[in-house]
Parts: sequence; structure tokens; C-alpha cells
Amino acid sequence: MQIQVYRYHPEQDAKPRMQTYEVEEQPGMMLREALLAIKAQDESFAFRHSCGEGVCGSDAMNVNGSNKLACITAVADLKRPIQVRPLPGRPVIRDLVVDMSQFYEQYRNVQPYLIRKEPLPEQEIRQSPADRDKLDGLYECILCACCSTACPSFWWNPDKFHGPAALLQAWRFLADSRDQATDERLDALEGPYKLFRCHTIMNCVEVCPKGLNPTKAIGHIKDLMLEKSI
Amino acid sequence: MSIPHRKFDALIIGAGGAGLNAALRLASADLRVAVVSKVFPTRSHTVAAQGGVNAALANVLPDDWHWHMFDTVKGSDYLGDQDAIEYMCREAIPTVYELEHAGVPFSRLDDGKIYQRAFGGQSQNFGGEQAVRTCAAADRTGHAILHTLYQQNVRARTHFFDEFFAIDLIRDEEGVAIGALVLEIETGQPLVIEAKATLLATGGYGQVFRTTTNAFINTGDGMAMALRAGVPLMDMEFYQFHPTGVAGKGMLITEGARGEGGYLINCDGERFMERYAPRALDLASRDVVARSMVTEIREGRGCGPHKDHVMLKLDHLGAEVVHHRLPGITDICRVFLGIDPAEQPIPVFPTAHYAMGGIPTDRFARVVTPARHGPEEVVPGLYAAGECACVSVHGANRLGGNSLLDILVFGRAAGTDILDYVRENPNHRPMREADIAPAAGRLARWEREGDGESVAEVKAALRKLMEDHCGVFRDDAHMSAGVEKLKALRERVEHVRLRDHSKTFNTARIEALELDNLVDVGMATLMSALHRQESRGAHSRVDHPDRDDEQWMKHSLYSRDGDRMDYKPVRTKPLTVESFPPKARVY
Repeated sequence: MQIQVYRYHPEQDAKPRMQTYEVEEQPGMMLREALLAIKAQDESFAFRHSCGEGVCGSDAMNVNGSNKLACITAVADLKRPIQVRPLPGRPVIRDLVVDMSQFYEQYRNVQPYLIRKEPLPEQEIRQSPADRDKLDGLYECILCACCSTACPSFWWNPDKFHGPAALLQAWRFLADSRDQATDERLDALEGPYKLFRCHTIMNCVEVCPKGLNPTKAIGHIKDLMLEKSI
Repeated sequence: MSIPHRKFDALIIGAGGAGLNAALRLASADLRVAVVSKVFPTRSHTVAAQGGVNAALANVLPDDWHWHMFDTVKGSDYLGDQDAIEYMCREAIPTVYELEHAGVPFSRLDDGKIYQRAFGGQSQNFGGEQAVRTCAAADRTGHAILHTLYQQNVRARTHFFDEFFAIDLIRDEEGVAIGALVLEIETGQPLVIEAKATLLATGGYGQVFRTTTNAFINTGDGMAMALRAGVPLMDMEFYQFHPTGVAGKGMLITEGARGEGGYLINCDGERFMERYAPRALDLASRDVVARSMVTEIREGRGCGPHKDHVMLKLDHLGAEVVHHRLPGITDICRVFLGIDPAEQPIPVFPTAHYAMGGIPTDRFARVVTPARHGPEEVVPGLYAAGECACVSVHGANRLGGNSLLDILVFGRAAGTDILDYVRENPNHRPMREADIAPAAGRLARWEREGDGESVAEVKAALRKLMEDHCGVFRDDAHMSAGVEKLKALRERVEHVRLRDHSKTFNTARIEALELDNLVDVGMATLMSALHRQESRGAHSRVDHPDRDDEQWMKHSLYSRDGDRMDYKPVRTKPLTVESFPPKARVY
């Protein structure tokens, strides 16, 4: 099978190009394995990857126009020729490797950690199974950036709009019955950009490889803000 | 070439659970701490841990840290150090509560307490009924813990060097660890990080085997750095093959699947563990289950057209239990096998999973080496924790759920001891050019140009070699041949050349540096295995089928210099309780 891969090496190339590789297709082959086969032919080809099972979030890339994790994308399901590009909207460091720093910065901006004000109990903080269920669909995020780099609002304002991944985490802590910083969290999200640049385009939902729904989380934050303001 | 220097109080190499828990302890105490990781922290392999972390919370059934200790000592096949095991099992309880307070989204019981499930090798009352000791966040416990620890480090403003690769430790004339040479992957620029104390927390080395549950990044970097710094590796022959890796592919299916009631069947549909472990059945220790599976297959009762695997059956549990308690493995089965585990059994085979051995430390996570006078001494300023270390709490076989526990307890212990060490040694020791030279030389070696084999070819040969010669069942003939082949392969590495010498995000260079590490830890494994003439825990010798406490109840030490083997006694004396003397190990 043929795979066309985006190549750009800042030390050698004036501009990026697509390079075509021939890879022998194996039954059940995932795109990551196909890219490793390319890497074995041409060691100068660079991409991030690690766990190979969709939990580390390293190998997000744009495949045939859609953001995916290479390790859980079966090549058999992909239209030919397969075209692989870096995640859109991020500066390219080399080949499929993009600069993720703004994405991480937005994540860190939402205070993505549990805040408790009361003294801690000697044992666990109790949480009912129903309250714990509210975290399902939120805590599983692997920070692969498929969502935020598919979001037009994030493309235009990556420095001001938190983006779907970070906002999903903002809601993950607002939704946690153990967290005691709801007001501060909501105050910090005020303003025209951080939260409100979401125009419910829902690209994030479509591409999330873990089946999470940032748009819904953003809606919940907006609802809570409204509720608090009345 | 002049290399820039940065100075920190403490340097932590590796950002998995051990590194991040140590960093959190240090940063919360306002130390200047640098965490170097070759991947963004949440991509460290702790993220893939599924089933849970053991602590005798007694949330479901009665439990006691002392019972946990007994199970761990027995599980280790009496090779674990009982002082460290007592410490770990006691500390487990406050450690899990601390994690929960930090935000880990543990699954919950109806009363709001942390959900616990049964895991292999667990018992109540020193070998009685099955215990329920493994605290879980569905089957994504490692992910939940790693992300929480990273988040707390964001709060504590830990200084991260993301996507920096550690080349080698730097030690001064007196052997004190004074930092490391690292490489910024994005720019290809080397950097010296000077530190008063250095913690190795680089995880395991499953990539040395062809089929493994481990990630691409698990290449034994810290262990090999220790070897090159003259520190021997301990108990490297004890490598755990997890019973339930997806056959032929290697993805992990958590032991929690059996903890929730799943069991293994052969081609006759027989629940064969009834014959091997009549009481514990499928929740016998991992080494026992893995051997039973391979025996079934060798005797012709494997499943599939090639009769080369067995089946893990979950379909009797119902979709609610499978999908709610095991959502992660449901995903893995759907994506990689195209099946729903609530309806069809999963083809499984024992898969290279976890290193019980590693860098020898004491229970304060201080690296210890054999000394000329007395049994051993501490390497000043050098620490190790997590899978790269050998405390030893796992001995010859690790229990499921004790790995996350190990990284958390000893990561924290390292942080605590580093605080004291830095207080007593408040100044950076001088670093001379000559101290950096060996590390710089290792980096420069890969600048050699010309024709030669590729990294990928030699790495593939190494992984095949280790699988063929150092698997679940071992004997002298296979391992001796393996050692000879590996010595030849080590020679071949000298002739490997990079074709790409560019600077920017050159992953080929990183993989070459990792290959050096894999060869070193592979040799440590094979040599240690060849020399141990008994069967104990995960080390099963067909030619020496019995455990031999008289001769072999001792830790192996492999030194890179001359491929030497040495030994040291097991610490059988716990901190406060009576010692558990070796007994026949029956499940």
C-alpha cells in the first residue's frame, strides 16, 4: 500500500513536501505500525509514538484530513492513498512532530488539579458512586490534542482560547464533588475568549479518539455560570 | 564544544509515578527540582497501568497490612527483602489516601469509600481466603494516578524538562553523583544539569523482548546508566511475563479481568487452573499462571489454528460488569481484536511485562553497591525508585497491584530522603570537564559516519534473541547459546551507524542511544539468568526445577565490567514483626 507522508526538516528543507512510501500491508495493521515500517526504510522520518494502544496520547496526527491516534487507526479502514500530515494549526518542528507548548499551556491555565479548602480527613474523602460517575467521560482525556487542533476557534486564538481539551479538564474539576473552588474556577473563565470562543462547531467531539465530548462539558460550564449569576 | 550548565537542588530522571511523586514531595518543600523526561510526563508508561494499587484499606473485606506483607513475601518466592516489604505494606494505606486527596478519581463503593477488587496472590489471614485489596479507578488506575501527579506538580510549579533524553550520569572523582548530561530532543543540544542529588526513575525495559506489554519508550535507560556508572544491577533474571497479553500482539489485559471473575480456558473449554492452583485458581501468582498456560500449550491444549494461545473468558460476567468495570480492556478488544469481551473470549499468551530486578537500593531509595569493607555502601547523592530500582520488594515475582504501590511509596521515600540529604549537603560539588567526558563520549560515538548496519536491524535481532533464549521456561543450553549470541550482537553494535546526523528532533539518534541501553540490560538479564541454577518465582529452569534455598536464597548482582556476577544475602529481618521463613509456595 502507498502512504503519503508530510515531510519537513528545518535544517534541509525550504518548504514542506509530501513523500510517498510503499509499505507492505499486514492483517490488522495499525497506522503506527505502517509508520514504523516507513521509519525502518528511512530513519530520517520523525513522529512521536509510545504505548501503541491509545493511552499515552503521543501519536496524534492528521490522517486523510481528520485528526486521529495512529496506534488505534486500522489502515484497512483508511481510503487510499493514505495521507498523513501533522496536527493542523501548530508550528511544525519536523515531519509529523508539532510544537505542543501552547496546548499544554492552556491545559495548565485551567488549574487542572483538585482544590480542597477544608482539612483533609484521615481516610478517603467520601464520594458516592453517582457523584463519581459524573467524572466518567472527563478524566479519561489523554492530552493527545486531536480536539484542540481540530478546533477553528483554537486555530485563531490559541493564546487566548483555552480550547476543548483544557475546558474538558476545567469541567472535570468543577464536576468533582470533592473540589471546593467552584467560584474561583468560574471567575477565571470569564471574559470573551477563554471559554466563550467555543462556537459549538463540535469538531472536537468528532475527532476525540477516546469518545469524549468537550462541547458538552463546555455547555455544562456555561450552564453553571448562568446558574451562579442568577 | 562548550555545553551549557543548569543547576538545581535535585534532578529527577523520569516522569512516571515514581519520578512525579518524588518531585511533588520536593517541590512542595520548596526545593528547586528539575524533572527530565524523554516524553511529556503524562505519556510515561505508568499511564498504561490498568488494574490498581494494593493497600489493606479493608473497604470490602477485612484486611491488614501484615497480611499484605505475608502475601508479598510469599509472592516474591522469599527473595524479597522483608524490611522493605514491611515498610511498603504499612505505607500503602496512607499513600492511597494521600493520592485520593490529591484528586485521583478512584471508583467508589456504595458507602463512598474507594472501590477495591480482588487480584492474584492476595489472601486474608496469612494464606487464607481471597482478599480484596486492589484500589482501582475502573481499569485505568495508572492513567488516573499519573495525570493526578502531573497535575499536582503543575500546582507545585515543578520545573519540567520535557522531551529531554538523559545520556549518562555524572559522578565526581569520589564517586558522588553530581548530575547528568541530557539532550534536548527538539534542538539536539546537550545540556549539563548539576544537582546535589539525582534520582533515577526511568521505568522498565520490556522493549528488550519482541512481544511485550511495554511501550516503545521502555528501554532500560536508567538501569543502563547505572551500569555504566559502575553500579551493578540486582536480580535481573527475574522478569515477569504477564499471563494475559493479547496473543501475538502484546497489549495488556489486566489481572483485574480475572479479579472481576474472568478465567482461562484451554481448547477443550476446560478451566485448567483448577489443576495447577486448586485454591487460588486463576488468581494464583502471575508466575504460576504464566507457566500453567505455557504448559497447556506445550501439551497440545492451546487454542486457535496453531494451538498457540489460551482464552480468557469474561462473557459470563455480563455486559454491565465488563463494560463498567473494565472499559479500557473493552476498548482494546474492540480496536485490536474486533470483539466485545462481554460476548467473546480473548486470546491471550504470557507476555514480557515487568522487571523485578534493577538498580539496588535500600528502603530509603538510596542506591547501594557492594563495598570493599562490609556488605554494601550508599552511593552518595544517587537514588533510584520504581521499576528501574530493586529495593527489593518484589523478589522473584511481583504481585499484581504492587507495582503502582512500589513507585508511589518509594518515589515518596526518595523525595523524603533527598530533602535530608540536600539539607546536610547544601552546596553543589565542583564539576570538572573530565567528569563530563565519558557521557559526552557516549553521545559523540553516534556521530561516526560511514556504512554500517541500522539501529532497527540490530534492535530487532536483540528482541528476537531475548525472546528465544530467555523466556518463560529456561535451560542452560538455550541460555548459554543466548549469551554467546548476545556477546556477538554487542560487537555488532560497534559497527552500527546513523545515516541521519541532523539535530532537530532526530528520533533516530534517540533510538540509537536506547539500543545501547537495551543491549546492556539484556546482557544483565541473560547473564544473571544463566548463573542462577534453581527455579524461583519468574525464573523457571527446566534443568533445575526446584527452589534451592540452601544455595540460592540470595540476590544476584551483575556488573558490566567483565560481565561479572556477584551475590548478596536477602534481608529476611522485617522492621518490627517476625520474619516469614521460606516455605513451599502453593496456591
